[in-house]
Amino acid sequence: MTPGLLDFVLEASVWDEPGQDLLPAVLDTLSQAFTVTPEAGVPGARRRTWLDTFDWRLYRAGLMLQFEQARRGGRLLLSRADGTPQAEQPVTGWSPRRPALDLPPGPVRDRIMVLISPRALLPIVRATSTVSVMRLLNADGKTVARLVAEHITVTAVAVGPTRAGSISVGTTAELPLRLAVGTVRGYPAQARKAAGLLAEVAGVSHSSQSVFTAALAALGRHPADYTSGVDAEITATMPGSIAVARLLLRLLDTLEQNVDGVLRDIDTEFLHDLRVAVRRTRSAIKLLGEVLPADLAKHYAAEFKWLGDLTTPTRDLDVHLLGFGSMTGQLVAASPADLEPFRAFLVKRRAREFRRLATALRGPRFRAITDDWRKMLLEIRDAAPRRRRREPTAVGLALRTTERAFGRVVAQGNAITQDSPPESLHDLRKRAKELRYLLEFFAPLHDPVAYRKVVGDLKSLQDCLGDFQDSQVQREEIHALADAMLAERAAPAATLLAMGEIAAKLTLSQAEARADFARRFARFAGPAGRERIRVLLEDRP
Amino acid sequence: MKIFATYNIKGGVGKTTAAVNLAYLSAADGYRTLIWDLDPQGAASFLFRIKPRVKGGGKALIRGTKRLDDAIKGTDFDRLDLLPADFTYRNMDLLLGVANGKPTRKLAQLLRPLAGEYDHVFLDCPPSISLVSENVMHAADVLLVPLIPTTLSVRTLDQLTDFVAGFNGHRPEIRAFFSMVDRRKKLHQETIKDLSAERSGVAVTPIPALSMIERMSVERAPVTAFAPSSVGARAYRALWSEISKDF
Repeated sequence: MTPGLLDFVLEASVWDEPGQDLLPAVLDTLSQAFTVTPEAGVPGARRRTWLDTFDWRLYRAGLMLQFEQARRGGRLLLSRADGTPQAEQPVTGWSPRRPALDLPPGPVRDRIMVLISPRALLPIVRATSTVSVMRLLNADGKTVARLVAEHITVTAVAVGPTRAGSISVGTTAELPLRLAVGTVRGYPAQARKAAGLLAEVAGVSHSSQSVFTAALAALGRHPADYTSGVDAEITATMPGSIAVARLLLRLLDTLEQNVDGVLRDIDTEFLHDLRVAVRRTRSAIKLLGEVLPADLAKHYAAEFKWLGDLTTPTRDLDVHLLGFGSMTGQLVAASPADLEPFRAFLVKRRAREFRRLATALRGPRFRAITDDWRKMLLEIRDAAPRRRRREPTAVGLALRTTERAFGRVVAQGNAITQDSPPESLHDLRKRAKELRYLLEFFAPLHDPVAYRKVVGDLKSLQDCLGDFQDSQVQREEIHALADAMLAERAAPAATLLAMGEIAAKLTLSQAEARADFARRFARFAGPAGRERIRVLLEDRP
Repeated sequence: MKIFATYNIKGGVGKTTAAVNLAYLSAADGYRTLIWDLDPQGAASFLFRIKPRVKGGGKALIRGTKRLDDAIKGTDFDRLDLLPADFTYRNMDLLLGVANGKPTRKLAQLLRPLAGEYDHVFLDCPPSISLVSENVMHAADVLLVPLIPTTLSVRTLDQLTDFVAGFNGHRPEIRAFFSMVDRRKKLHQETIKDLSAERSGVAVTPIPALSMIERMSVERAPVTAFAPSSVGARAYRALWSEISKDF
């Protein structure tokens, strides 16, 4: 089937033309072998928007999502990074102007929701092009190939992370003219011939970049320029204080990158990532604060605790709402409809808590924390070397603190028996999290294989402790929410009964996690686990 | 996939011009359309500036050593493809006669794999009554029969109707239309009037005999493409509108 005029199958032939307008030279060269004539009735303008999540989930999965606007509605095109089409879906009454938590039903939605959920799709780049098409005719006057020339102007829609050099919404750039040779069915040799001639034109070169990638480069953005991970630039021999300052600055970057998304309430992951950055910061101050000025560490430990506590109510309600579908799926006696008043209550309460959070994040205390904290950390990072003569190196600090943290996990875990109260497991969870953070902070200084093995053991233990505590916390919250609903007279009997059923399920999950604890802890802290941590900390290259 | 075939036992009655213009209009309406030039003279291929040649000839297509899909060429028009004629099609009767399976159902069988790729297929048939035309009648959903408004043409239509009525199972619909009509000729006027009154299945729109339609062989394009506002183009558009509404 001969495709539509803007959908030619490319003969792997996209060219960039840096600098001046080479189209006349291109047409001149092609006219040596073909009669070149303009195609009539080609729509001259083309509008496209590329979308991804804030943390580039589609890009990381090797996919690109594009919305092409048509006279009415448009279509979504999902392709691989190399342009191979994966799915297509016409959409009406949908626009990529605002972040989208969902898409209209269709094959593109079917492919990507599992990848992106619960993140929203954000418009990243918008492109407006002027398209002209030339027909390449053989001696019989038959069209045997087409040349598509596209002048593209790109505009940044989403703001890039500050760390990668912030670009503001509305920044525009012109891309070099893009040329493509379209094949006509049954005439592949002619398209190849045209492609060969194009390659001979001075200044025309094959483009390995997609329009999206070229647009990002032109706008000064890098794909995957946001990650919630810790990837501070530290080396083994640098002074400990510099390494810690760099680490904390990196965490502050992550925190600040998420504030806008939290305030605009785009999706729940902005708050999640912000909270993780806060928790990591608190752990770093606690465990590595010895290389920071004592009063500074003390002051900011309190400030980041305030910030962490501030975000907890909204996040807890987010967790309830995100898991609502699976929660109703577990009901045996009650019907999902019974839980609707509970959901409505959660939504209402979440709105209230979110307002409180947003007010605080816009307030002076939060601004003072972030601004002053950055100033202090920069001073430490850039301080003169004489002040650091007696402090440990980054690797010295890493080994000592990690070993100590491992020892604490082992000691506390060994003390836990069948009769220990739940709080002992909660405490152990905190210690395990601290150890995990230390491992992540200093990951660049460790052997990657040894690191992966230790983290694998630890993760398995953390999952078990997490299930145990989350089940308990959620069950207690359900009780508290039931009380609050009763107080507000928003709790029908059927809803309370259904909530009781959920609470009972959570008790069962907690018991399962508890039963699994001994096995997982033994794997982590037993002879093999100890040997793995010894290899990590002692057998260093 | 709906299959239309322009057919008449007589030559020079406007089969190819109708097939070419109606296929063009079908594609312009957004339908993925294929026209198969079955006439070894290759007039439809010529009009689309495509060489009347298929690698391996009709033999390769009928025997299945070359897939129909691989022989298709894109025309200059969006959504419109053509399966070219080949001079070996003159022996198609013989090839169909020795083919595996039922010799009268071979074309239908060959077209079946294209069902997902095209919405409409137009078969431009050579003038004759033969195994090829019988194959065409079995494959087609609609036989489009151009009639020059004369008494003999009416007799031809009767013969065709009787022939198709004798088919077991699938029978194509017959839609006749007047072609190469000269309004100045009294015989033409009378025949159109009488036949339209007497018979159902005759299109209201006549295609006039016009030099602009004859110019297709000079322009090598459908008149509906190179002179879309001409009287001839308007007539084909009205005819297509009538046909596409009913089928």
